[in-house]
Amino acid sequence: MLRVAFLVPLLPLAGFVILLFSGRKLGNPRAGWLATLMVAASFVVTVVVFIGLFRLPANGRSYTQTWFTWISAGHLHVTMGLLVDPLSMTMAAFVTGVSALIHLYSIGYMEHDEDFPKFFLYLNLFVAAMLLLVLADNFLLLFLGWEGVGVCSYFLIGFWFERDSASSAAKKAMIFNRIGDAAFLVALFLIYERTGSLEYHTVFAHLGSVGEPSLVAIGILLFAGAVGKSAQIPLYPWLADAMEGPTPVSALIHAATMVTAGVYLMCRINPILYRAPDAAHVVAIVGAGTALLGATIACAQNDIKKILAYSTISQLGYMFLAAGIGAYDAAIFLMLTHAFYKALLFLGAGSVIHAMNDDQDVKTMGALARLMPITAVTFFIGWLSIGGVPVLSGFWSKGDVLSNGYAFSPALWAVGALTAVLTAYYLGRAYLLVFRGQQRWVEARETGHAPGRNPHDPSWVMSLPLVVLGALSALGGLINLPIHPDLDFLDRWLSPVFASRLFQHHWGLGGVWTFALVDAALALLGVGLAVALWGSRSERPAFEPVFLQRAWYIDWAYDRFIARPSTAVAIETSSVVEAKGIDGAVNGFAWLVRATGRHVRKVQTGYVRNYALGLAAGLVLVLAYVLTRAS
Amino acid sequence: MTYVLAAAIPDAITFVIAAAVCVLGALGVVLARNPVHSALMLVMTLFGVAVLFVEEDAQFLAAVQVIVYAGAIVVLFLFVIMLLGVDQKEAIQRDPLPAQRPVAICVGILGLVEVLLLARGRWPSGARSVSGAIGSPGDNVGLIGRSIFTTYLLAFEVTSALLVVAVVGAVVLARRPRRVLGENGAPTGVLVEPDDEIDGPEVAGLDDADAGTVDTGAAGSEPGDSEPGDSERGGGERGGGGPGGGGPVDDLADSEVTGP
Amino acid sequence: MSVSASWYLTLAAVLFTIGAIGLLVRRNVLVMFMCVELMLNAANLTFVTFARRLNDIAGQTAVFFVLVVAAAEVVVGLGIIVSIYRRRPGATADDVHGMKG
Repeated sequence: MLRVAFLVPLLPLAGFVILLFSGRKLGNPRAGWLATLMVAASFVVTVVVFIGLFRLPANGRSYTQTWFTWISAGHLHVTMGLLVDPLSMTMAAFVTGVSALIHLYSIGYMEHDEDFPKFFLYLNLFVAAMLLLVLADNFLLLFLGWEGVGVCSYFLIGFWFERDSASSAAKKAMIFNRIGDAAFLVALFLIYERTGSLEYHTVFAHLGSVGEPSLVAIGILLFAGAVGKSAQIPLYPWLADAMEGPTPVSALIHAATMVTAGVYLMCRINPILYRAPDAAHVVAIVGAGTALLGATIACAQNDIKKILAYSTISQLGYMFLAAGIGAYDAAIFLMLTHAFYKALLFLGAGSVIHAMNDDQDVKTMGALARLMPITAVTFFIGWLSIGGVPVLSGFWSKGDVLSNGYAFSPALWAVGALTAVLTAYYLGRAYLLVFRGQQRWVEARETGHAPGRNPHDPSWVMSLPLVVLGALSALGGLINLPIHPDLDFLDRWLSPVFASRLFQHHWGLGGVWTFALVDAALALLGVGLAVALWGSRSERPAFEPVFLQRAWYIDWAYDRFIARPSTAVAIETSSVVEAKGIDGAVNGFAWLVRATGRHVRKVQTGYVRNYALGLAAGLVLVLAYVLTRAS
Repeated sequence: MTYVLAAAIPDAITFVIAAAVCVLGALGVVLARNPVHSALMLVMTLFGVAVLFVEEDAQFLAAVQVIVYAGAIVVLFLFVIMLLGVDQKEAIQRDPLPAQRPVAICVGILGLVEVLLLARGRWPSGARSVSGAIGSPGDNVGLIGRSIFTTYLLAFEVTSALLVVAVVGAVVLARRPRRVLGENGAPTGVLVEPDDEIDGPEVAGLDDADAGTVDTGAAGSEPGDSEPGDSERGGGERGGGGPGGGGPVDDLADSEVTGP
Repeated sequence: MSVSASWYLTLAAVLFTIGAIGLLVRRNVLVMFMCVELMLNAANLTFVTFARRLNDIAGQTAVFFVLVVAAAEVVVGLGIIVSIYRRRPGATADDVHGMKG
């Protein structure tokens, strides 16, 4: 059963190729169904492989399938190989599952777009790359997938490239990603140089012979790559701008899958982080800081997608916090539940945007709950999940992170706790402003001339994923309950990957209940604040300060102090150095040749006598030479 | 070994006079405006050289020089000069090519100086005699004959072949077969040998020769009508002729014909 | 004083130079040809001088052959000149400059 593992990334890739050549012929909506089918099939195969892996004994759950040798140059030997182990299969499972749901949703969402097949082409390519990333058995193949998802992100953010803002956002994403990728590459070089290989098994086996400074460097460089990919401080501004892409893209790439690649990487290199505590601490601190930063900014945003974007940044910070302190299980658990409810929230937001004729400003929405019940209910579930309200999935996963965080460092816990409150608060604000309160939009039938809105729940292709994700958000916590040692399925499933490097503090039953109560209190505090402040009012300038709306002016600072000077240098270089210097040199050389020719041509007079004179002159010169040499 | 003559002084005087004649003649060749004068100066030079040949104990060569060179070759030159009517004066004053003259003179003098410097008085360096010393018994003719017909027999045979080729070539070059055209203008295949039409028609370009320049070259292949006996000058064959009348060497005709 | 070889050879060099200058300066084709003959004579003089100096008859034999070949050359050359003049009377060496530029 494990042997079909190769189909997992191959099916979406096949979908990509088919759509590449006949996407336009298939058209709307068959192209979408094909793509969805491919990803769904991949999900089925993943489940099959999962079962096959499950059948293996607990300490032997690792299966490598090599396709072919990719690079064999000197000592460098890299294969196209898949590693099937609990961590990679967990990732593959939720990637394919959530992707399939989002593909289904996109069939409805992108229905009126004329580039319908192209969208699914990119989506399939993205899923294939993401699966390569998580299933790789060596760093280089992981990097291949890493780059692949980056490029697909670029394509998809800039899907409506005729819009300047969209293509700029795509470029911005690419550039920020690239900075991280550069660090990633340096880390690869370092890994190869120190351990002589790029395969996980070999590298991790040889870590004992690598000095700690090198390990710290590797860890920090790989984390820098993750920072770029997963939008942590300081490389996060691209994620907010990435909301220019269609909402399914935001849901899939910028919430559930691509941005989690960084967390996956940190978990995968847990042997390195274990041996390089300094690097791990950096990861944790940056994660915590980002979590708080993202949460504060989300409190004051008016664009519903931007609220969710900053929320993603914040939640990813939580995951890095968990990974940094060694609680990898908690990080993966949170990643899993986050995928469910964040995708849910995004898809719900997409339905709302569709209903509001592509308006994304929460301040012009309101009272949609009765007109879009399914969307409202699922969004409500998503809110409570992410807020950490018991007993939904977020409560368990965030609780896992927080309890381990406290065991590691109360300061980090405090940051996390504050963020938890804010998370419940800002998402509550979003929910209330969109679905409750006064109706601040204009109904279609009441206006004669201006285009009004006619909000309603979307068709089943869009509603079904919402429902499924809603169920998963609500019940997802069941896979890893801490209340009984037999119920933490996920932890036990993942333990072979992390072994003794896992930091997991075992609080006694009393401790578990204490944390549960504290977490519940935090969540309800946030919910209560939201209801109190935003239940009835839609404008509260005191709680939406400008500096938060402008995201602490950090992006502005980047633009002002990095982007503009760089652009100025580039313009200067292109107009002066390039146009005058280099072009001048090249053109000048051509001019020189032509001018020389023009002058030298005058020797060719055409008169025989002149040529004879030349002969004679040459003779004189030769004789002169002989004269000077003759003794 | 230098063959020293009995009395050196007469030799020196002979040499000086002969040398003077040679140089004067050479200068005359180069500087004379009229080509006929140039040819006559050339004869003078050749005579001087012949005298020097006698001085150098090459009597046979002196005779051959006078008979063949001065007597045949230069006469041939004169024939052609007269035939073509280029005995007009050439404009010596101005050289149309810029800087040609001064540079040529400089180059010539420089070359001469260099050659003399290279020698620095030590001229000869070659091998010893292989084909008989000059001083060996026998007259000069016999010596040369022996040399030609034994050591250099192959060269001799080849030069005879060369002479035959040259004669044949000259005949072919100078031919000018005229095709007789029938009533409808097509060639009838009858070839008429060229007449000795010394009295050629008026050729347009040569009328300007009175101005002193011969290098007009402006006469194309339109010689105008044939009018026998209408020429004032002795030369001037039918310029250009009809199609096919230009002889096998037509390369000049295709180049640009631009006036000075 | 005895006339040494260097006198003859100097004379030959001078004749050659005059011939060369004449070849470069004159435009009339026949005069140019005559200058070539001048140069050939200078060479002949050199040959004969060396024949006597080195006491080798081969020098004079060489002159003999030079003479023959010069004669043949003149014949053919004049034939060519005649053909040219038929086509374009009054042509000089300067009229062939199609390879200009």
